[in-house]
Amino acid sequence: MALKIPVELYDQLRQHGEATYPHECCGVLVGEFDDVGGKAVKAAVECGNTRTDSLANRYHISPSELVRIQRDALLAGHDIVGFYHSHPDHPAHWSATDLAEAHWTGCSYVITSIEQGRAVLTNSFILLDQEEAKHFEDELLEVIQ
Amino acid sequence: MSIKVLIPTPLRPYAGKQSVIEVNAQTVGEALSDLVTKHPDLRKHLFSEDGKLRSFVNVYLNDEDIRYLSKDATSVKETDTITIVPSVAGGR
Repeated sequence: MALKIPVELYDQLRQHGEATYPHECCGVLVGEFDDVGGKAVKAAVECGNTRTDSLANRYHISPSELVRIQRDALLAGHDIVGFYHSHPDHPAHWSATDLAEAHWTGCSYVITSIEQGRAVLTNSFILLDQEEAKHFEDELLEVIQ
Repeated sequence: MSIKVLIPTPLRPYAGKQSVIEVNAQTVGEALSDLVTKHPDLRKHLFSEDGKLRSFVNVYLNDEDIRYLSKDATSVKETDTITIVPSVAGGR
């Protein structure tokens, strides 16, 4: 299983994290699922972070934005295949909060570490299993040149 | 009347792999009830044991969160679309 993303979209989501530093950025990955659990990203939709009380270490995407993005994706023959956010001055690995707040089983959660305003590592994790047993596993992030 | 319910990707395995399901309803509550009657495996993913929507499940009628309308009692019409979206949040 892998998340395939064109290099321009990969660069876009990393630049989003740099632009919002020292705050977390967030967005939605729209694309296609294949028959073996892989995903191909066709668009990265930048979202606002509505966690205005704690922008440096929390993110939340407005459900109304998700509704619009999901509707537009379906009309275009695509799906929501994942999400991305940044970890300002923190490793590109999921946190306990990330897992607790993750509910899109089968989707990718892409995390970029931003150190002193510069994007460093970008990793992808896939959310597996039902809510009570959910967990993240490392996912190959394949950047397409 | 028949209205559409959009199913998010994580719930499609419990909804016959469909992204859009037609249900018969006069209200949002009836629509969700018809949905889980047609696809019983969806029930525990949408509702807690006390029958309330799970805290991370958002239900929208067109562009409005039903929590800010009349919740389950919100009336629907044939051109309406109900969208289910689990919440997206986290942080380091």
